[in-house]
Amino acid sequence: MNARLEFPNTKPSTETQTGYIGASTPRAGAKRLLQGRGTYLDDMRLPRLAHVVFVRSPHAHAKVVSLNLQAARRQPGVIAAFDGKDIAAFCTPWVGVLGHLKGIKSAAQHAVAIDRVCWQGEAVAAIVAQTRRQAEDALEHVQVEWEVLPAVTDMHAALRGDMVIHPDLGDNICFTRSLKTDDFDEAMARADVVVEKTFSFARHTGVTNEPRAILADYNPAEHAMTVYHATQAPHMMQDIFSRHLDIPESQVRVVCKDVGGSFGIKVHVYADEMATAALSVMLKRPVKFVADRIESFLTDIHAREHEATVRLGCTKDGDILAFDLDDLTAIGPYSVYPRTSGIEGNQVVNLVGGPYKHKAYRAKLNVVFTNKNVTCQYRAVGHPIAVALTEGIVDEAAKALNMDPAAFRRRNLIPDDAYPYTFASGIKFEQLSHHQCLDKLLAMMDYDTLRAEQAQLRAQGVYRGIGLAAMIEVTNPSPAFYGVGGARISAQDGATVRLDPAGMVNVLVSVTEQGQGTEAIFAQIAASAVGVRVEQVRVTTGDTGVTPYGGGTWASRGAGIGGEAVLQAGKVLRSHILDVAACVLEKDKATLDVVGGMVVDKLTGAELTPLSEVGRVAYFRPDTLPMDFQSELTVTRHYTPRAYGFTFTNGIQAALVEVDPDTGFIKLLKHWCVEDCGTVINPMLVDEQIRGGIVQGLGGALLEECQYDSNGQLLNGSMADYLVPMAVEMPDIEVGHVQTPTQTSELGAKGAGEAGTAGAPGALMNAVNDALAPLLGGNLITAQPMTPQRVLTALGKLPA
Amino acid sequence: MKEVTQTIDTVVNGEAMQCEVPVRMHLTDFLRESLDLTGSHLGCEHGVCGACQVMVDGEVVRGCLTLAVQADGKRVDTIEGLSEQGVLAQLQAAFLQHNALQCGFCSAGMLLSALELVREQPQATREAIREHISGNYCRCTGYQAIVDAIESVLQGKFAPASEART
Repeated sequence: MNARLEFPNTKPSTETQTGYIGASTPRAGAKRLLQGRGTYLDDMRLPRLAHVVFVRSPHAHAKVVSLNLQAARRQPGVIAAFDGKDIAAFCTPWVGVLGHLKGIKSAAQHAVAIDRVCWQGEAVAAIVAQTRRQAEDALEHVQVEWEVLPAVTDMHAALRGDMVIHPDLGDNICFTRSLKTDDFDEAMARADVVVEKTFSFARHTGVTNEPRAILADYNPAEHAMTVYHATQAPHMMQDIFSRHLDIPESQVRVVCKDVGGSFGIKVHVYADEMATAALSVMLKRPVKFVADRIESFLTDIHAREHEATVRLGCTKDGDILAFDLDDLTAIGPYSVYPRTSGIEGNQVVNLVGGPYKHKAYRAKLNVVFTNKNVTCQYRAVGHPIAVALTEGIVDEAAKALNMDPAAFRRRNLIPDDAYPYTFASGIKFEQLSHHQCLDKLLAMMDYDTLRAEQAQLRAQGVYRGIGLAAMIEVTNPSPAFYGVGGARISAQDGATVRLDPAGMVNVLVSVTEQGQGTEAIFAQIAASAVGVRVEQVRVTTGDTGVTPYGGGTWASRGAGIGGEAVLQAGKVLRSHILDVAACVLEKDKATLDVVGGMVVDKLTGAELTPLSEVGRVAYFRPDTLPMDFQSELTVTRHYTPRAYGFTFTNGIQAALVEVDPDTGFIKLLKHWCVEDCGTVINPMLVDEQIRGGIVQGLGGALLEECQYDSNGQLLNGSMADYLVPMAVEMPDIEVGHVQTPTQTSELGAKGAGEAGTAGAPGALMNAVNDALAPLLGGNLITAQPMTPQRVLTALGKLPA
Repeated sequence: MKEVTQTIDTVVNGEAMQCEVPVRMHLTDFLRESLDLTGSHLGCEHGVCGACQVMVDGEVVRGCLTLAVQADGKRVDTIEGLSEQGVLAQLQAAFLQHNALQCGFCSAGMLLSALELVREQPQATREAIREHISGNYCRCTGYQAIVDAIESVLQGKFAPASEART
């Protein structure tokens, strides 16, 4: 408190109060969710609401020989039934390509398929009824005659092009990328040790608890549409609905109420959601679609189906010289609009080897079409693959050199004083802290003691393993991510901060809330910037009719980009409040400040007048203010990160496991993560978000797999069959931080949403291989998820 | 198809009512669609995710695996009613303090499982807490904050007297 008295009384009164930055303040807006008083999309009720269900293909690849909707139309409650051609008259098709992914190609996709389906679950007709039950009943009366076509389900076969899914494209290749640094051949030739492994990663999906949902309400009187949508990017969707339904952008409003988890699943354009919007136009009434769980498994984007060979060359002293990557990934029959399905593989190329200081790199990427559900960006896009590849081969190198994995990493991680730094793939790092993170992690986990314990237990036939995974993560994306490629996806975000008459601060932000606590941290930032108590702040997000324009929530951009906009707007509002207060109090503005919702004397801290008085005078009695003075108690500011393509974060994780070599079961004993996401705004929220990310990463490494048969049939489309982590399988997770604020913004925040998912699979895989090292005989477990079957196969106890 | 219905007498959140319900309608659809009690959520409709949990005669059940007609002659309590009655107040305060939720879609079900544990196993260890809530999906948190919150209630850190402040 004494520090305040030391402030010179002439200093401009616009400093940020750090008050709530870094405080574990309980989340604003959470109480209603805990009392069942939230409003998720399916909780909304509108007059004349109709419900749509879709006729979906049971085949992975088939021609629609005939489709008869007559009987369905006659069923009770049915309002209409349409096929793909009907809907195409109201909704134009799209192609998921972007200019900066050179050469990427895809086929045109319609809201509802016309004549041919390319994956099991693709819709061929829509039935709209008074109730969902009636629409579902009517589904049984749809007659479809299919001509089943051969399905391309193996990605190697897809790459060979034995059969081409979209003949017009010439082959099944969506996107390729190659890069090779000039010194690559020389570096590999110089290597004393070269290790090589092939790793594979199964498809999995996000399994949001709330399924995808949309309610489109077209008003023909105004040729306007309000879309209530469980989405992460309302302004992007406003643009999409506008262009594809031919409604002026200003007449499309997208509103996000509470969203029940997203993780990247709800940031894409889905054909059935576009169809729902088109149906609202066609029927001139509100139409709702909520995916049921089988539809979620069949049509929510999948991700991560990769097979990659990675080579690492190093000196006998343990210096990494070069990385070599050959990655193949399959994305389903279409590149997803508008972000494309080329990004995940592209990220893998960008990120492999990223934490380390070698200069030589060669990479090849093939992204191919198959007749399975589409894949696209799911949380930590590409990172779990890149980290597992990198860290898996780094452990192999350490093993080949007989070096401790932690010591090998310490030798090769980019030094903390080497920044700014350009990595071999071309990406630029502003300032990372790999060594600080490594040191902190090893101290947190008491690494040496764990190693000693491991050796002791191994002698008793107990197989424990320790796995490390260093990581870098893309956050705070600049326009380089999508905008430069031609996507109409905002890279900037905006915040409007307003003092209300009663002294409350009203904040409108273009970033959306999906449960991660965006609104809570904006309240903390606004309270700190304006000088009020956090309880005096109300935050509204997710309404294109209300908030400034912006990108929404993806790629961990909310805190770093939206937060900076809130901070800058709040600071200016504070100054504008003091302009009014100076008039009201007839004092020099420079002697005043706003603290805890009161205008105070800056020097003494004496409370002079509450903000409610400033509001009262400014709004209701401006006649008492000087003639030449106009108050401005609403301030909007925007922010775009531009200095770097991405504000990279870094961190490191460790997993401790025990593996039963007889059953192949992996027990997770403990997990640690040290992350540097710059300024931590709310440690409690960040820590649990990192833990949630870790659990999603562990799920992919241990349990989750969308299993398809060779005909493209999904075999496990229920929650009973598709396993995700439950509480009892998960360990306690210790989270630590190193804070290196980004200098590109005043707030200094980077994203925290990717870290957990990025590093957990690699750390876990290394831990399992470490546990079983004495039994694997040089073999490795390289396929995720690491099911008991795969563990036992690697141990030679089951046939390959 | 002709909808077959049946009349039920039930008490929902303390309110006695007589309703005609389709015999094939599950309890959560009845609560959500007929009564607009939208606090119970549908995540899977096959009994796995736990988001639909409600209490029937004091027992926690999956609303999606219970038919509405099974509520005949029974008392049904949902998250809305249990919140108003105050029986969840300590757990709700603890969930808020520990940030034991993100999107909140699982919270109704999670809180009911937690209430069951607090009533039946007041001495539960962390491991037992994890076991007990393993019928409830949470995709956002790492479960740890939920375990911490429930543990803090079991340890008496959220006495009823502190509820008003949180």
